[in-house]
Amino acid sequence: MSTPTGSAWVDGSGSRLTKFNFIRRVNWGRLSVVSVPTLWLAIFFFIPFLVVFKISLSESAIAVPPYTSLLEWDLEESYLNLKLNLGNYLYLFEDTFYIDAYLSSIKIAGISTVFTLLIAFPIAYMIARSKPSARGLLLALVILPFWTSFLLRVYAWMGFLKKNGLINEFLLGAGIIDQPLIMLQTDFAVYIGIVYTYLPFMVLPLYSALEKMDMTLLEAAEDLGSRPATSFFLITVPMAMPGIIAGCMLVFIPAVGEFVIPSLLGGSDTLMIGRVLWDEFFLNRDWPMASAVAIVMLIVLVLPIMLIRNSQGKEEAI
Amino acid sequence: MTSTQNIEQHGVAPVSSEAAVNLPLWKQDGAKPFLQIENVTKKFGEFTAVDNISLDIYKNELFCLLGGSGSGKSTLLRMLAGFESPTSGRIIVDGVDMAGIPPWKRPINMMFQSYALFPHLTVEQNVAFGLKREGLDRSEVKQRVAKMLDMVQLGHLGKRKPSQLSGGQRQRVALARSLVKRPKLLLLDEPLGALDKKLREETQFELINIQEELGVTFVVVTHDQEEAMTLATRIGVMNHGVIVQTAEPHDVYEYPNSRFVAEFVGSVNLFEGKVIEDQPDSVRIKSKDAGAILYVNHGISCAPNQKVHVALRPEKARISKQKPDQTENCIKGIVEEIAYMGSLSVYRVRLTSGKEVRITQPNITRGAGERLTWNDEVYLFWDVDSSVVLTS
Repeated sequence: MSTPTGSAWVDGSGSRLTKFNFIRRVNWGRLSVVSVPTLWLAIFFFIPFLVVFKISLSESAIAVPPYTSLLEWDLEESYLNLKLNLGNYLYLFEDTFYIDAYLSSIKIAGISTVFTLLIAFPIAYMIARSKPSARGLLLALVILPFWTSFLLRVYAWMGFLKKNGLINEFLLGAGIIDQPLIMLQTDFAVYIGIVYTYLPFMVLPLYSALEKMDMTLLEAAEDLGSRPATSFFLITVPMAMPGIIAGCMLVFIPAVGEFVIPSLLGGSDTLMIGRVLWDEFFLNRDWPMASAVAIVMLIVLVLPIMLIRNSQGKEEAI
Repeated sequence: MTSTQNIEQHGVAPVSSEAAVNLPLWKQDGAKPFLQIENVTKKFGEFTAVDNISLDIYKNELFCLLGGSGSGKSTLLRMLAGFESPTSGRIIVDGVDMAGIPPWKRPINMMFQSYALFPHLTVEQNVAFGLKREGLDRSEVKQRVAKMLDMVQLGHLGKRKPSQLSGGQRQRVALARSLVKRPKLLLLDEPLGALDKKLREETQFELINIQEELGVTFVVVTHDQEEAMTLATRIGVMNHGVIVQTAEPHDVYEYPNSRFVAEFVGSVNLFEGKVIEDQPDSVRIKSKDAGAILYVNHGISCAPNQKVHVALRPEKARISKQKPDQTENCIKGIVEEIAYMGSLSVYRVRLTSGKEVRITQPNITRGAGERLTWNDEVYLFWDVDSSVVLTS
């Protein structure tokens, strides 16, 4: 430090000094708080992900577990062989069945998400604009279905939708139709099931965004010459956008991988990746193939989400 | 819209008499009011927020509705903007009855108390919002927005979001946004309420300059009498849904028509008393409160022995240890408390009758004069035209 030119900051002693400072500056309290969820994610997400990824690179075998090991010890040549089987992934793209399943899952989840949004928005808006004393009760009503088993509720829909179910009996009785409608075991039933099941996940984030909105903004818009319908799209929707994005993700992501609803309500031609996954695991017992399907699904879902998150973060930083 | 255009349009024209030319519009006979509020009542269930108000406001006025919370001033403003509709009565702007006209079709804009800037839009987009709704073409919108932002000295901040602005800057964005549509009538709800004291004073004068430059008629709602005094051409003092007094700031302060106005605008000492001598141009009032007979040189319409109040502003009386020459309007008391406030001192004096009065005196000299201190026996005295008799 005695050099007057200040070059001491550039040489080795300077960098050692900063390293030393860095260690001392670590905020251990903060680190411990952050490390708990990080550890949780590592143990319950990242490690299982690696296991599944590993299985996806192996080959199916009639054994326990039903796949080959990646590492093989060659005694004669004293080689340790690492065998990565990319065949599962290649097969995913060769057989249009899988691509169709992915696309169809995304389509069904996407359409369901749009309908969920369209139904949830008025509900959330109504709750957010009701008297503060009534809001708690209305929100409780939205969450109430969670108190019954999800499976039971889907079964209940079968009772509604089947050929001699409640809806058909009512319509026949009222003379609106003379032939029972085929609703169960169609894509339509799957849409109903998904929209019904995931509605609360859409209502809650929308509500929290709309509830925060300052109502004088709408008055200001009207005052500046905007009709109520225009104000809705120019003010209310942008103000609710964080809720819309959160709600859509909460619905879309699990809906893509949904297994129970298409199994119970869908027909044999309802192609969804969750069912494919199930079949690979439990019918074909092809674990490596099933793992590859799961990994690709994860990538298909995670990439766009990260892109959205990224763009949001950038916007907030401006 | 330039200031010259304004003068041509509505500066002087309507009255033929030359003497009337310099009078403000509200003092001219037959001048056409720009905004007519006719017997407007607004009820919320059982509660009457605005009670049968009639009021005329003229072109280029800066009219202040002054009142406490719950006085109905904001409800009246919201009815002008079209957010509430009157239970009965009519609101006429420039000859057009506003009944049934929704807010987005009125030639009226409002500056909200909370400013209500759109947080997801930039300053430019906020100001352009109203123009775009009119369907103006892009270049004109751009040009008018730029001009308006320059006027409120925010030209350099157009790309920012409201959250990145200071309170004073937000206030100016809100003002620009409400003015850019060139409304016939601009409503301002507590325009300076959210600003700190220094900024308020600056903005106050800026607001007056803008109003004069653009020639828009302003209606301002405020609970702050100082704000009303400095801004307004006329003030309407409101209480319980009724306009108690409508007058120029000077008159509201010097000639309040009721105890409510006297006490609401500025501070005042009130002496209760009975009329003992009623001349056409003067009255004598015997006041137990003051412990003296008070003489006021303006006539009032009253019955003999009627109970009235004499209102005396703290700065209108003089205070001295020496007995003054005058015998009228002179009472004795003891100094109980002194607050030195730099430019003036406030004295709290207990009269022999037991009543406490507040007197302020400018500190004219740097202390050479008569120094008053606690428990000094003093005389309070004032001129015959310094106090006002209030019958209600």
